[in-house]
Amino acid sequence: MTEPMDTTTRRRFLTGAAGLVAAGAGAQALADNPKNLPPNVPDWTRSLGAGVGTKPYGVPSKYEKDVIRRTVPWLTATPESSVAFTPLHELDGIITPNGLCFERHHGGIAEVDPHDYRLMIHGLVDKPLIFTLEDIKRLPRVNKIYFLECAANSGMEWRGAQLNGCQYTHGMVHCVQYTGVPLKLLLEQAGLKPNAKWILAEGADAAAMDRSIPLEKALDDCLVAYRMNGEMLRPEQGYPVRLVVPGWQGNVWVKWLRRIKVGDQPWYTREETSKYTDLLADGRARKFTYVMDAKSVITSPSPQAPMLGKGFTVISGIAWSGRGKVSRVDVSLDGGRNWRAARIDGPVFDKALVRFYAEIEWNGEPLLLQSRAMDETGYVQPTKDTLRKIRGVNSIYHNNGIQTWSVKANGEVENVEVG
Amino acid sequence: MSKWVSLAAALLLLFAAPALAQNKVRNYGIGHVATPAEIAGWDIDVRPDGEGAPPGHGSVKEGEKVYMDKCAACHGEFGESAGRWPQLAQGKGTLATGNPVKTVGSYFPYLSSVFDYIRRAMPFGDAESLTNDELYAVTAYVLNLNDIVDDKFVLSKETWAKVKMPNANGFYDDDREKTEKVFWNKNPCMKDCRPPVKITGHAQAIDVTPEDKGKKAGVE
Repeated sequence: MTEPMDTTTRRRFLTGAAGLVAAGAGAQALADNPKNLPPNVPDWTRSLGAGVGTKPYGVPSKYEKDVIRRTVPWLTATPESSVAFTPLHELDGIITPNGLCFERHHGGIAEVDPHDYRLMIHGLVDKPLIFTLEDIKRLPRVNKIYFLECAANSGMEWRGAQLNGCQYTHGMVHCVQYTGVPLKLLLEQAGLKPNAKWILAEGADAAAMDRSIPLEKALDDCLVAYRMNGEMLRPEQGYPVRLVVPGWQGNVWVKWLRRIKVGDQPWYTREETSKYTDLLADGRARKFTYVMDAKSVITSPSPQAPMLGKGFTVISGIAWSGRGKVSRVDVSLDGGRNWRAARIDGPVFDKALVRFYAEIEWNGEPLLLQSRAMDETGYVQPTKDTLRKIRGVNSIYHNNGIQTWSVKANGEVENVEVG
Repeated sequence: MSKWVSLAAALLLLFAAPALAQNKVRNYGIGHVATPAEIAGWDIDVRPDGEGAPPGHGSVKEGEKVYMDKCAACHGEFGESAGRWPQLAQGKGTLATGNPVKTVGSYFPYLSSVFDYIRRAMPFGDAESLTNDELYAVTAYVLNLNDIVDDKFVLSKETWAKVKMPNANGFYDDDREKTEKVFWNKNPCMKDCRPPVKITGHAQAIDVTPEDKGKKAGVE
C-alpha cells in the first residue's frame, strides 16, 4: 500500500475496516489502552490538567498532529514555488481552519512588517494614493465568506487517476471569512479616470506576483482583506493584506498586496500567458479563464479516510461554484448510473463552500462513489470524460470533472477512473 | 416670515444632505498622496506595447554573459532546463501534441510577458537585482536562444516593436459559456444515466502518492 496514510488513519483503517473483514462485525473501538475504558477511570480524570495560559495561542490536541497540510515533492523544483494541500478528508463544515488553508507561493512566504506595509494605488486615477495598514483598518469594512480554489486544483488528474487522496486531488481549495475594505471604496478614494478599464494587482513577495483584473470585477465584489476567520491573515495567506476576488482562480487573489495600478488594457503578464492559460487539444489556449466552475468532492470516505465499517455510514463532501450559490449536490453509489440528491447542511453563501451529506446503509458491497454539484445558474459539474472531449488533456487548469472513489469490500478506498 | 422660510430651507438641506451623499463618492480623507518618486520605485510593470519599459539597452552578446552567470544553473545553458526548472527554449510545434513544451519561443505571446517577469522575479532568489541594461541584454539572449532575434540584436525601448513572438496569436478569450453550453442543464439525469460502469484506471497502479520521484506533471 503506497498511499500516505498517517498513523491515526492507518490504525483506524486496520482496527476498523480490516477488522471488519476479519470479524465480519462492526468497527472495533478505536482506543488502545483498557485502563482508560470503563469501568476504569483514566488519568485525565484523576489528576488536574494544565492551567490557563499554558498555551497563550491555542493549538489543536496533540492527538490531531497528523491533521496537516501535505506536499507532493516531485511536483515542483523547489519548495519556495510550490504547493501544500489542505487535508480536506479531516475537515467538516464549510470553514477551513487558518493553519490548514492550502499554500501556493511563487517566491516563498514574504514576512512583511505591518508597520512598513504600504498599498499604492496609481495609474489612471485623479490622485495616486498610498495607504498604511492603519489607514486600511480605519475604513468601512465588510465580512464575507468565500472559497478560494487554485486554478490547478485537480490538475494532475487530466490524464487519469493519479494521486490517491482528496487532499492531493482536491486540496487546493479553502474557505474562510474575510474582513476587508471593498476595493471599490479604495479606488474611489483615488478617483478613476474615464478611460480606466483594467487594474493590475501586484504582490510584495519575491515573485512580485502581478495579474490583470477587469475593472468591472474590481468594482463589483473584490475586497482588500486583512483578516481571515477573525484574526489577521496568516503569512502564508498574504499577511497583512491580500486581494479577495470571489469565485475567481486563486492566482488573482494577490497576496502581500502592495500595488494596484489602473490602466486601459490588460498587461498579459507571465502568470496570465505562460501560466494560468488553458492549452486545448488544437494547440491554442484560452486566456483570462478567471471563473472557477461548479465542482464537488466526497471527502469521507476517500482514500485517506476509509470506510469505518458496515452499516450506517455518512458520506460527506464539499461543493462550490465561482458563478454563485450551489443549488444542489447529487451523490451516486454506482459510478454515475443512478443519482440521489444529497442533503446540504449549514449555510449556503454566494461563492462559498457548502457541506453535503448522504446517509446510507453499507452492506459491504463495492461502491463507485461520485458527487455532482449544480449551481444557481444551472451549471452541472461534468464528468471527466465530457471535459476531456472538449478540452483534451493538456490544459492543466480548471479540471472540475466528477471524481470517482472506489470503495472495496474491506473498506479501503481508491481514486479510480471509470468508463 | 422670511425667517421661517430660511429655517425651513436650512432644515430641508439638513435632511437632504445624507440622501445626496449616497450618490456621491465619499472621500474619507484617509491615505496620503503618492509622490512621483515613491511611484517610480515600485512602478515596474511593462505592457505588450512597451509602456513601462525603462531606459537602457542590451545586446544578445552581453546577455549571454549575464545568462551564464545568473540563469544557466537552473534553466540550462541552452534554455533546455536543468532538472525541473522551467524550460526557456525549443518546444516549437509541440503545443498540439501529447507532450506540449511551453517555452518563451513556443508559447509566450508577448515580449513584455518575459521582460516584465524577469524584471520583477528573476534571478530566482535575487529579485530586482539586475540593472536595466542587464535586463535588456538577458532578455535579448533568451529571445536569441529561441531564434526570435539574431546574434547581433540589441534590445531597447526603440527596438521593442521589432520583436515578433511566434505564438502571439495562440490565445483567445475565455469562451466556456459558449463552447461548454452543454454543461448548463436544469434537469440532469437521475436514473439509468449510462451503461454499467467499469474501472479503467487506478491511482494505486500509478503509485506516485505523494513522494514518487518519477513523472513530472501538474502545478507550474
